[in-house]
Amino acid sequence: MALDTTAAAHPEVHDHEPHVHGGPKLYGAILGALLVLTVITVGASMIDWGGGMANVIIAMLIATLKASLVALFFMHLRWDKPMTGIIFCSTLFFLGLFLIGCYTDQVARPWPEPANLKPPVAKPGAPGSGPTMPGTTAPVGTSPASSAPVTPPAPAAH
Amino acid sequence: MADVHAHHAPGEHYLNSPKGLKSWLLTVDHKRIGVMYLWSVLAAFFLGGIMALLVRIELLSPKQTIMTAEAYNQVFTLHGAIMVFLFIIPSVPAALGNFVLPLMLGAKDVAFPRLNLVSLYLYWVGAAMALTTIFFGGIDTGWTFYTPYSTSTGGAVGLVALAVFVAGFSSIFTGVNFIATIHKLRAPGQGWFQLPLFVWSMYATALIQVMATPVLGITVLLLFMERLFHVGIFDPALGGDPVLFQHFFWFYSHPAVYIMIVPGFAIISEIIPVFSKKTIFGYRAIAFSSIAIAIVGFLVWGHHMFISGQSTLAGAIFSFLTFLVAIPSAVKVFNWLATMYRGSIDLKAPMLYAISFLMLFSIGGLTGIYLGALAVDIHLHDTYFIVAHFHYVMMGGTVIAFLGGLHYWWPKMFGRMYNERLAQIGCALVFIGFNVTFFTQFLLGTRGMPRRYYNYLPQFQELHQISTVGSWILGAGLFLTAAYLLATFRKPMDAEMNPWGGKTLEWEAQSPPITQNFDFDPVLKHGPYDYRPERPKLDEPVHHG
Amino acid sequence: MNQSITADHRTDKHGEVHSEHDPRLQHHFATFEQQLDASKIGMWLFLATEVLLFGGLFVGFALQQASHPEAFLAAHHHLDKSLGALNTVVLLFSSFTMVMAVHSAATNKQKALIRYLLITLACAGIFLVVKAFEYHHKWEEGLLPGKFYSHKGDTVKDQFIFFSFYFMMTGLHGIHVIGGMIAITWTLLKARKGTFDSTYYTPVDLVGLYWHLVDLIWIYLFPLLYLIT
Repeated sequence: MALDTTAAAHPEVHDHEPHVHGGPKLYGAILGALLVLTVITVGASMIDWGGGMANVIIAMLIATLKASLVALFFMHLRWDKPMTGIIFCSTLFFLGLFLIGCYTDQVARPWPEPANLKPPVAKPGAPGSGPTMPGTTAPVGTSPASSAPVTPPAPAAH
Repeated sequence: MADVHAHHAPGEHYLNSPKGLKSWLLTVDHKRIGVMYLWSVLAAFFLGGIMALLVRIELLSPKQTIMTAEAYNQVFTLHGAIMVFLFIIPSVPAALGNFVLPLMLGAKDVAFPRLNLVSLYLYWVGAAMALTTIFFGGIDTGWTFYTPYSTSTGGAVGLVALAVFVAGFSSIFTGVNFIATIHKLRAPGQGWFQLPLFVWSMYATALIQVMATPVLGITVLLLFMERLFHVGIFDPALGGDPVLFQHFFWFYSHPAVYIMIVPGFAIISEIIPVFSKKTIFGYRAIAFSSIAIAIVGFLVWGHHMFISGQSTLAGAIFSFLTFLVAIPSAVKVFNWLATMYRGSIDLKAPMLYAISFLMLFSIGGLTGIYLGALAVDIHLHDTYFIVAHFHYVMMGGTVIAFLGGLHYWWPKMFGRMYNERLAQIGCALVFIGFNVTFFTQFLLGTRGMPRRYYNYLPQFQELHQISTVGSWILGAGLFLTAAYLLATFRKPMDAEMNPWGGKTLEWEAQSPPITQNFDFDPVLKHGPYDYRPERPKLDEPVHHG
Repeated sequence: MNQSITADHRTDKHGEVHSEHDPRLQHHFATFEQQLDASKIGMWLFLATEVLLFGGLFVGFALQQASHPEAFLAAHHHLDKSLGALNTVVLLFSSFTMVMAVHSAATNKQKALIRYLLITLACAGIFLVVKAFEYHHKWEEGLLPGKFYSHKGDTVKDQFIFFSFYFMMTGLHGIHVIGGMIAITWTLLKARKGTFDSTYYTPVDLVGLYWHLVDLIWIYLFPLLYLIT
């Protein structure tokens, strides 16, 4: 027996309209803020804020601000019952625990290179492995010859 | 979906209505799902147990006894992986919890019945994947899959990693279901502090399942990627960090041991008041201690890594925090003892198991404190002391509690009562066999016998032989238990609705319950452990004794 | 709970009678509100597991960056910041259209609901197309994960580790985008049948929550992968 699941077949359930939070104006404003913050993120990354971790921290702070806006307004945490917000914050708490635990340990121990250190070697004819130019001096890590699109020889069957 | 508000015919209950294999495989009834989980985890227990017996037989003498060294590595790995992932973790929550929790809340089902069925399917798929690895080269890494051995060895490690990933989601979905159920489907009048302590413990367990298991998921996924693509995260030869793997692995696996034991606590909290005919002592202490264990349990994972190359700083911090995590468990043990004090103790099988639990878990927990001391663990790590410790808590704790719960709720689940005399004998055999098997292993450990070793020095042989004989006594007890429990299916369904005099809501349902659990709307009339004597009515004579 | 349950009807605290013949209300719930609350808790718990799943990758990334800082710095120059920023904008916009879809369902605007779901779907498609361009460029250059890394001319070693993480993180994210597209499509099909209204729009809400999480993860991925200095 097919059941009519359309709203039209159940007029008795329309009597009560719950109060709906948010709305186009608010959501549009939040979107605007998010876009502005994105611009700020990119801009901030081009400035050197000092040594070490400063840039990462600033980038993460801006990201967290954006995430908070999405969580509070788009995901409705601002108006939901407290339980869902508690779940979200607990998650971040446990994730933070994990990061802090691992990081604290890593910085406190030496990092010896193993004797059998051997980065993986790709097969010859693999993508991007155009004619090798021994002794190329390129800016740190970047190879200008390879930043332009290169038509490689047809790679060996993968 | 079937119209579940149809009144049931007399004699109809969840086991016989509706009929047919399809109605079981496509069920959304939490009781049927719980029963299917029960048979599944018992099958896993049987398989893991056979592995254990084989390991113990091999260790009767140094060098080869019944298998090669390579085979031995595979057998103990399988034993660990099956027992941890396919038996203990799902055992109480998915088998007993699924059945009992909604009944205790007066609910018709869990919050997400279809998700419950998905959870069962994922368990079956994960289990099948794990078992097929036997035919694809097997795994010999130990259940902990440490790198770089696990990233570079042959065999079916990748397949097992994916199997664990799948089975992990089974556990996660059970946790999600329980949390939502406990929040939203309680009976009228059932506030948080009117809940049975079983529910509090299942809530704490579910919290851990949700927050910890995903990290296991990413760990095995990364292990798989490292094996297949050499991504360079865990393998030192590629520039990765093997200690990082252990951090990833134990961030889940330590809370996982609380997923294993906290449901055991749940069962003990139910059995002791009923069989002492006394209100539980320290309800709030026990309730909050479950939550405390869940949270603090996330802070101590590094105590599995004291000799891994982890920094001394981290070791010291984790050691200190480990001492903290013992406190809530101790709170529970003292409260249970206080409950029994001056109670009217009824030594039926569930209570015998509960008392066994108190003794065995205490030993296991206390030896955990020894191991939490950084300086002591340096010597005891990777010896049989560790093996004995975790078997005392996992088997002497969780499995004993599981057996207690199984006996306690058996009449409710299947409408039949087992033979009490055989149950007492079974419990005695299990208790004696367990101690002979594993207490000797504490001695082996302190004398220097390493774990996972196939060959050993002759001075250890005598203790190994005693331990093996213990495993036979333990096995006999478990086989006896299985036999008399299965034999109940040949008896008529004549169990009472409330054979133990329990005060929680599941005892107001029929034995076995109808599909909708209750044909009235349950309302809480008294607390879950209210054993205050009823005032005699005026026109009834007062009975003593 | 303040719902009273009588034999045939369920009355919620506003005195509304919800006929139990509405199949959108599952039998073990007393009211739509209870069902929605439970569903939200369930979905947020699932999102928690997703955050922890991705979180493990973030932790691994952070720690490997800490131990291979030059390699990560050098490697990330191969990423195109503007494409990354474009994708960020696309996803943020899709989050907006998704929440507007939920709002439309909650205020009974069927046509708007369908329109916003379609736009969200389109944005997801654009995201994947941009990602496909990026992946193609990486393929051409040999900037591939792990043992497939074949880029020549590196002066800083171990850059393959960065690309391992790049592909694992954006790949897992991409899989979740595809999963989201499937879920949105399913919701769209149900919406076209008129299943949702102000009484019951739970699936739209839940799919929306999932989609916002996909956006949230990218909000963190973008600066970490593309904007390291």
